[in-house]
Amino acid sequence: MTAATVSAPVGRRRGTELALLVFALLITVTAYANVGIARHHHVPSGTVGYGLGLGALFLVAHLVVRRFAPYADPVLLPAAALLNGLGLVLIRRLDLVDRTQPGSAPHQLEWTVIGIALFTVVLVVVRDHRLLERYTYTAMAAALILLALPAFLPASHSEVNGARIWIRFGGFSFQPGEVAKLALMVFFAGYLVRKRELLALAGRRVWRIDLPRARDLGPVLVAWGVSVLILVRESDLGSSLLFFGIFLVVLYVATQRASWLLIGLALFVVGAVIAGTTIPHVHDRFDAWLHPFDPAIYHKAFGGSYQLAQGLFGMATGGIFGTGLGQGRPDLVPFANTDFMASTIGEELGLAGVMAVLTLFLLIVARGIRAAIGTRDPFGKLLGVALAFGLALQVFVQVGGVTRLVPLTGLTLPFLSYGGSSLVSNWVVIALLLRISDAARRPDAIPTRPPGPDDAATMVVRR
Amino acid sequence: MTAVLFLLRAIILVLLWGFVIAAIVAVRHDVFGTRPARAPAAPKQPRPSAPRQQRQAKPDKSAARKLVVTDGTLAGTTVTLTEQPVTIGRADDSTIVLTDDFVSTRHARLVPAEGKWLLEDLGSTNGTYLDRRRVTSPTPVPLGVPIRVGKTVMELRK
Repeated sequence: MTAATVSAPVGRRRGTELALLVFALLITVTAYANVGIARHHHVPSGTVGYGLGLGALFLVAHLVVRRFAPYADPVLLPAAALLNGLGLVLIRRLDLVDRTQPGSAPHQLEWTVIGIALFTVVLVVVRDHRLLERYTYTAMAAALILLALPAFLPASHSEVNGARIWIRFGGFSFQPGEVAKLALMVFFAGYLVRKRELLALAGRRVWRIDLPRARDLGPVLVAWGVSVLILVRESDLGSSLLFFGIFLVVLYVATQRASWLLIGLALFVVGAVIAGTTIPHVHDRFDAWLHPFDPAIYHKAFGGSYQLAQGLFGMATGGIFGTGLGQGRPDLVPFANTDFMASTIGEELGLAGVMAVLTLFLLIVARGIRAAIGTRDPFGKLLGVALAFGLALQVFVQVGGVTRLVPLTGLTLPFLSYGGSSLVSNWVVIALLLRISDAARRPDAIPTRPPGPDDAATMVVRR
Repeated sequence: MTAVLFLLRAIILVLLWGFVIAAIVAVRHDVFGTRPARAPAAPKQPRPSAPRQQRQAKPDKSAARKLVVTDGTLAGTTVTLTEQPVTIGRADDSTIVLTDDFVSTRHARLVPAEGKWLLEDLGSTNGTYLDRRRVTSPTPVPLGVPIRVGKTVMELRK
């Protein structure tokens, strides 16, 4: 019998990626021109330069992927690039309303350059995502320090609009939580790869649910405690929810034990109730969520529902097909370019636009989880799931907050919102997902098999 | 002007959804591109893209039947080889679980390929040695040649 090389002809698919990137650029440039035409009745003079600049950035990212992750997923990079490009257009569109203020779009463009640069660095330096597993506990320490930092800095260096999540020195400001988020994902994945057997198998079975032993609750309680601490010390509802959610899901994926989700949800409900009744900042958010059109709450000077209600009015104005780019009044919503990017899209591109954007996020998340399934090492699987689910949860909480499905939190809409730390960290997320998917799809000596080779040798005996 | 703007609004939405559909089509091809390739690979046990022009030793004669630990804490342990890969490391789900500070969680594995066993280092900290050479890429393991992982030595036997 010949040793036929039946290697799966998984193409590199870099051509597909390039074509989709060109498509993304085309959409971005059209949108940019559309804004100019709507506002000033002519195609803005910078359109060509803008297109060339952004195109060069995307091209650099593409070439880096081609060189350093040739088998990576072809959809991840173009989808992220399109979201980033659209974000830039929308931020610029919001800048145009008030020409007296310095615009945010140039900053966002700078941060895009930094984001692509870090994307490159990650793909070049992290040749194998398993390298990160070695830094499991280093990542934890780094994350905790980064998270704690703003709480201990004086308010003048850490507080913006009531949330103490910043590090500010001079003109430079930065949210350490965004980096901490990534470090925590590495830690969760590395830690649970080591401990999952224990957390998955020990315990007793009560009414079809496998309950863990009481002493194994430690890690969950610690994660919960840290989340609550973030909430109390830094008034950051969004990050708190995000960290705890990611931990729970990674724990669930690592152990395949639904009881962790139940325990986590119970803890979450307890935390939410306590926070809602005791922390005024959170209590206000709950009120605004439940009664946005109550005049007393709507007209409240601080912590009312004005912003939320304006966002809802904006989306209602947009309807299904929107008012068209540059033709709505999304600027009536305070912080339209950060917290309320979703309502800006809803107003100017309508439900159709919002759905397209959400589908783009869905694609990124689905491809990320696909990469996690395909990869062979347990660490890569958990890290992939953490990265993809983290993005999904952030989008859900953010858009859910704007559309009044859940209480509003201070999270940004990945890639679209104005905000450097968020943009840069999301580019790193994409780089890591590309790295994992490259490993998953690379047809090397040990081909991918449905059950990972490590699982094949062991059998978990269930009662 | 209103007509132009209306047209642009329609174009943007069509383009956005066009991108989404194009991306999904790319992914769909992706899915169908891998599936038929994997189907024929499954029944055949030999590892597809192992080093290509490997000399075909007579499978039955030189095939290793067991992996014997000759030195270290597990000395004397014998693992009967099947068609499954053998994993070595500190992880609880390894075939050979080594409690040794010099061993990584998932240290190395032995994979059957066309009647041979390939030794592969899984990015371990302290390395895997075949005889005296550090294993950097999947390497065929001859019978009786010591494999060193941390303080443990093992070899393939008939």
